[in-house]
Amino acid sequence: MTTSTLETPTRVDFGARTVVLRVGPFSQRFPLRTLLVSLALLVSTLAVSVAALCLGDLPLSVPEVVSALLGQQSGIVETVVVEWRAPRVLAAAVFGAALGVSGAVFQSMTRNPLASPDIIGLSAGSYAGGLFVIIVLGGGPLLIAAGALVGGLAAAALVYVLAYRKGVQGFRLIIVGIAISAMLSSVSTYLVLRAKLEEALTATIWGAGSLNPVGWSQFLPSLVVIVVTFAILSALVVPMRQLELGDDAASSLGSRVEGARLGLVLCGVALTAVVTAAAGPIAFVALAAPQIARRLTRSAGVTLIPSALLGALALSASDIIAQHALPVTMPVGLVTVVIGGGYLVWLLIHETRRRP
Amino acid sequence: MTALSRLAADNVTVGYDHRVISRELSVEIPDGSFTVIVGPNACGKSTLLRALSRLIAPSEGRIVLDGRPIASYKSKEVARILGLLPQTSLSPDGITVADLVARGRHPHQSFMRQWSTADEAAVLSAMDATGVTPLSGRLVDELSGGQRQRVWVAMVLAQQTPLMLLDEPTTFLDIAHQIDLMELFTDLNEQGSTLVAVLHDLNQAARYGTHLIAMKDGAVVAQGAPSEIVTAELVEEVFGLRCVVVPDPVTGTPSVTPIGRERSRVLRA
Repeated sequence: MTTSTLETPTRVDFGARTVVLRVGPFSQRFPLRTLLVSLALLVSTLAVSVAALCLGDLPLSVPEVVSALLGQQSGIVETVVVEWRAPRVLAAAVFGAALGVSGAVFQSMTRNPLASPDIIGLSAGSYAGGLFVIIVLGGGPLLIAAGALVGGLAAAALVYVLAYRKGVQGFRLIIVGIAISAMLSSVSTYLVLRAKLEEALTATIWGAGSLNPVGWSQFLPSLVVIVVTFAILSALVVPMRQLELGDDAASSLGSRVEGARLGLVLCGVALTAVVTAAAGPIAFVALAAPQIARRLTRSAGVTLIPSALLGALALSASDIIAQHALPVTMPVGLVTVVIGGGYLVWLLIHETRRRP
Repeated sequence: MTALSRLAADNVTVGYDHRVISRELSVEIPDGSFTVIVGPNACGKSTLLRALSRLIAPSEGRIVLDGRPIASYKSKEVARILGLLPQTSLSPDGITVADLVARGRHPHQSFMRQWSTADEAAVLSAMDATGVTPLSGRLVDELSGGQRQRVWVAMVLAQQTPLMLLDEPTTFLDIAHQIDLMELFTDLNEQGSTLVAVLHDLNQAARYGTHLIAMKDGAVVAQGAPSEIVTAELVEEVFGLRCVVVPDPVTGTPSVTPIGRERSRVLRA
């Protein structure tokens, strides 16, 4: 830079390299680093997904998998890849993305890295709802999913109403959420205790969070809900970023604060609830993905697309570990609990050091 | 004085949670003025400013902006006419100065148009006017209080509104930064912006304001040019403080010196 500093620059210096796109009425800017990180995460997720399609009791090569996906294989290879492995692999990526986005939405709204659906009561609500169906109603997978959905939504509504005082403020939401979580887990414990052995077993397997039972018929309805929610969220991204400036600033800059917040809460709840309904509670992805993505991209606040991609990568990789790392297959929820638990410990230490 | 007014409170009753702060209050903001609202703590001055900026809705009466009730505007329409520097501000972790200032462009943006050449030009000139251009790529978290407040002013400027409301803009700043910021506001006012500020410092209010509104117990006690209304009687009535008012040695505007309990060392000596 040899030009005089007295001259007014013609481009805004954002402190990091920024890509500006202007075509006709369309204009947008992206930090270059966010673009590159997102691209790397996407490629990694694809690679992990392909690996997941190859691995298993019937090991396949990459060309075999690709040709099966293109419909050029028949018989057992086609069945294994398209019918058995593909829905699970896709579900891992899509559910991971949904959880990552859900966590990002709550963390942005509350300005708190601890606020995730796991912590503010949604997962506990879905779990209790699912257990109620298994143990009290004796329902099958579809009813369990419905129970989890209703339980998650009910818990979210309860937390929202109890935390509402002329608007919902972040810290109150977390505290109320933790309280509701604790109460719901006592309900869940009670349900398991009064269950018959067989039901308790079903409940425990579902409650661990697993992609094992996910085939096309479970995956496709969830996919529809997730895609619709993502579409709605794309219109709420800008208000979400504005809300990070505080309610007064966001409102005076032309955002409808309470309307935007309600929309964001509903989207965040829907994403977690639909994943829990299909696969059981999968912990920590929603908590960790947005924060890890933020550190990788060095973005201002949490961002949705990198959080989604990181969630996808995390759950895809966790599911490979769950299936193939040990001689016995584990539920993926167990893997995310172990990895995510370590992350939570680190986060708590880091946060308390930063804010004594 | 035939004060044209784009922004006015018309017989408003405002408060929080059924607690009424001001009843049937009417105030007009003269166009082109630097209006300063003063008064003791809890007199309703911030509440009035929040009502004027549509952050709270009056239970009775209405706020009128350009001849129409402010409640009838779309949120973004209001935000293109009326900017607010809030009393407390939050910034997301890891945001840079330019990124924060750019968020002031929200009312001019749409889903498709997120960073137009007009946005870029507005952000550049707002940073230039507030002297934060050299800080452009820095993290807001790393700035001093005075620098950070300038960045927030730049954000409001980037909004490019003819009217700006400032809620205690100097409260957390040292005296040098306070004066610095007040002179920036004066410059903006001279360039055509209408400003309304809530201030605690009477001397600064009298020095920089062109129109003063003194409030007590939710009502307006006096309003007008500072040189006409700031008297010892008014200060005693509004703040319950005995004082002498003398011309400011630099500007000649009224300057308030409290009498207190006359325990000063000078007087005892």
